[in-house]
Amino acid sequence: MGEVVLKNLNKMYDDVHAVRDVNLEIRDREFVVLVGPSGCGKTTTLRMVAGLEEISSGEISIDGRVVNDLPPMDRDIAMVFQNYALYPHMSVYDNMAFGLKMRKFGRDEIEKRVRQAAEILGIQALLARRPRQLSGGQRQRVALGRAIVRHPRVFLFDEPLSNLDATLRVQMRVELKRLHHRLATTAIYVTHDQVEAMTLGDRVVVMKDGLVQQVGEPLELYARPNNRFVASFIGSPAMNFADVAVAASNGALWAEATGLRLRIPAKKQAELGRYAGRRVTLGVRPEALRIATGADAAEHSFDSTVEVVEPLGNEILLDVRAGANLLVARVDPATRVKVQESVRLAIDPERLHFFDAESEAAI
Amino acid sequence: MIEGAKWKKWLWFYLPLSMFILGLLFPFYWMVITTLRPDGELYRPWNHALYSPFWTSHPTFDHVKNLIQETLFGVWMWNTMLIALVATLISLFCGVIAGYALARLRFRYAGLLGTGIFITYLVPQTLLFIPLAEIIRDYHIGDTPWALILTYPTFLIPFCTWLMMGYFKTIPKELEECARIDGATRWQAMLYIIFPIAVPGILSAGIFAFTLSWNEFIYALVFLSSPGQKTVPVGVVSELIRGDVFFWGPLMAGALIGSIPVAIVYSFFVDYYVTGMTGSVKG
Repeated sequence: MGEVVLKNLNKMYDDVHAVRDVNLEIRDREFVVLVGPSGCGKTTTLRMVAGLEEISSGEISIDGRVVNDLPPMDRDIAMVFQNYALYPHMSVYDNMAFGLKMRKFGRDEIEKRVRQAAEILGIQALLARRPRQLSGGQRQRVALGRAIVRHPRVFLFDEPLSNLDATLRVQMRVELKRLHHRLATTAIYVTHDQVEAMTLGDRVVVMKDGLVQQVGEPLELYARPNNRFVASFIGSPAMNFADVAVAASNGALWAEATGLRLRIPAKKQAELGRYAGRRVTLGVRPEALRIATGADAAEHSFDSTVEVVEPLGNEILLDVRAGANLLVARVDPATRVKVQESVRLAIDPERLHFFDAESEAAI
Repeated sequence: MIEGAKWKKWLWFYLPLSMFILGLLFPFYWMVITTLRPDGELYRPWNHALYSPFWTSHPTFDHVKNLIQETLFGVWMWNTMLIALVATLISLFCGVIAGYALARLRFRYAGLLGTGIFITYLVPQTLLFIPLAEIIRDYHIGDTPWALILTYPTFLIPFCTWLMMGYFKTIPKELEECARIDGATRWQAMLYIIFPIAVPGILSAGIFAFTLSWNEFIYALVFLSSPGQKTVPVGVVSELIRGDVFFWGPLMAGALIGSIPVAIVYSFFVDYYVTGMTGSVKG
C-alpha cells in the first residue's frame, strides 16, 4: 500500500511562502508528477513528503498515518536525487545494501534483494565498482536500485533525469515507466520538463508560485487547461496566445484582433456572452492550425505572413505574423512555403481556448 | 595548452620555479651542512685560505652525538610528540564536530558563531600568552605538558573548525539526506557517510594542527621552565645558546632531527592533504 494525502500543506521560509495550501490525494500505485518552473514549490513539496523539510502547516499522511513529525527513516519511503547522491566511498553493492543494513536485514536477504534489483536494472556487472567509475546513466540506475531494494511504500523522485544527456533521458524515461509497471508502487516525481511529466504521469500536478494550478491526467491537462499558465506550460511548442476583443454581430460572437476575425463556436457562446465588448486572451495550439484549403470557411481562417520556417522532418513549424500577433503553426511536412510568403491558415474551431484577460482563468 | 617558443617556457616557467625551489630548500641544506661540519671548519674565518661555507670535506656526526648525549634532546622529542599528538587529537575532535554543526545544522546565529570562532583565531598568541599564563598559574599546571596540551587547542580548534566547515560544505547534502531516508539517524549518517568522505579534510586539518603544535614556540617558552619538560624548539634554543655563545653544530642538528617527524607526516599524507585543500567528491 502507498496512499499519500496532502492536506492544506504550507511551507514558509523566512519571508517566502514557498508552498501554499496544497491539497492532493495520491492513490496507491499511482504515478504522480509534480511539474512547474523552478521555484514553484514542487521540490519543497516532495521534500516535505520525504521528511527533509519541516512542514509549516497542514498535514501529510501515508496510508492513513500522519507523518508530519516522523523522521525520514520512519516514513518507509525511498528517494532518488537529481545528483544521484551515491555514497562515493562505497561499492555499488554497498550503496544498494546500505538501507537494508541500517534496517538490520539479514545478510542473505540483503544479498538476495540487491541481486534481484541489480538484475531488474541490468547492473549485475557493476556491483563491485565505485560510483566514480560509472557513467551518468549507470549511476542513475544504481540510485534507482538503491531505492527499489527497500520495497518502500512510496518512491520519491527529484528530477532524476535532469543530469543525463538528451538521448539517455528519453531511454531512462521509458525504463522508469516500465519499472513502475513492474513494481506497482506509488511514485511521486518532480520535474520541470513537461514532456517527462506528460509521458510518465498517471496524473500530473502543475504548480506555480507555490500554488497548485491544475491536477489531472496528461491528456486532460492538454485538452482542457484550467488557466493560461497551464495552457502555456503543457505542450510543445507552446500554445499561441492572442489578445482579442469579443464582438457580437449577426447573432454570433466573434473574436477580433487586427488581421484576425474568428467566429466563436456555438458551445462557447454562452460563457463568452458576458465578455461581449471586452478583451480576452485567445489560445490556440500550433497543432490546431493548418494551411487552409478552399473548403475552409472564412470565419475560421485568417491570412498571415511566414517569418521563419523550421523543418523538423516529421513536421514543419511555421512562425507567422497575423496582424500584430506572432503565432506558431505545426503543419504537414509536405508543405512547401518560403519566408515572407503569405499563407492562409485555418483553425480548428473546436480547439479554441479563451482565457479571462485579468484572472487568466479558462472561460 | 598551446605552448610558445621553448625559451619562453624556460624563462617564465622553469627559471622562476628553480629559483623558488632553491630559495625554499636552501635553509634545509644549510641545516644539513652545518650539522655535518666539524667545529674546526664551522668557526673558520671567512678570509681563511680553506674557507668553503657550502661544502665540507670532513663530515662528522659529532654534533648529533653531542646533542643526544649532552642535552635532554630525546626527552624533548618525546615531550613535543606527546603534546602535539594529544593537542591535535583534542582539536581535531572538537573541530570536526563543530565544523559539521556549523556547516550542516540550521540554527540561529550559526553564521555569527562561525565568524566569532574565526576571529578568536586571529588574536595573536603574543597577546594571549599573558592572560593564559595567569590561568595556568591558577590551575597549577605550569611546567607540565598539560600547560600546552590545554592551551594549544585555543588556536587549533578555531583553525580545525574552519577548515572542516569548508570541507563539509563541499560534500553534497543529498548524501546525508539519502542516508537518512535509507534508515540512518543523523548520527549514523554522519558516522557512516559524511566522516568517511571527509577523511582527506580531517587528515589535512590534523596535519596542520600537528605541525602548528610541533613548531609552537611562545607558549612553550613561557609555560615550561625546567629542562626536562621542554619541547624541541624551546629546548634547543634555550640549552644550546648560552649567553652569546651559539653552539651552531648541535643547534642545527636539533633543528634537523626535530623537523623529520613533520616531514614524514607530510610526505605520508600528501595526496590526502592536496584533496583536503582542493575539495572533495565530484558526482
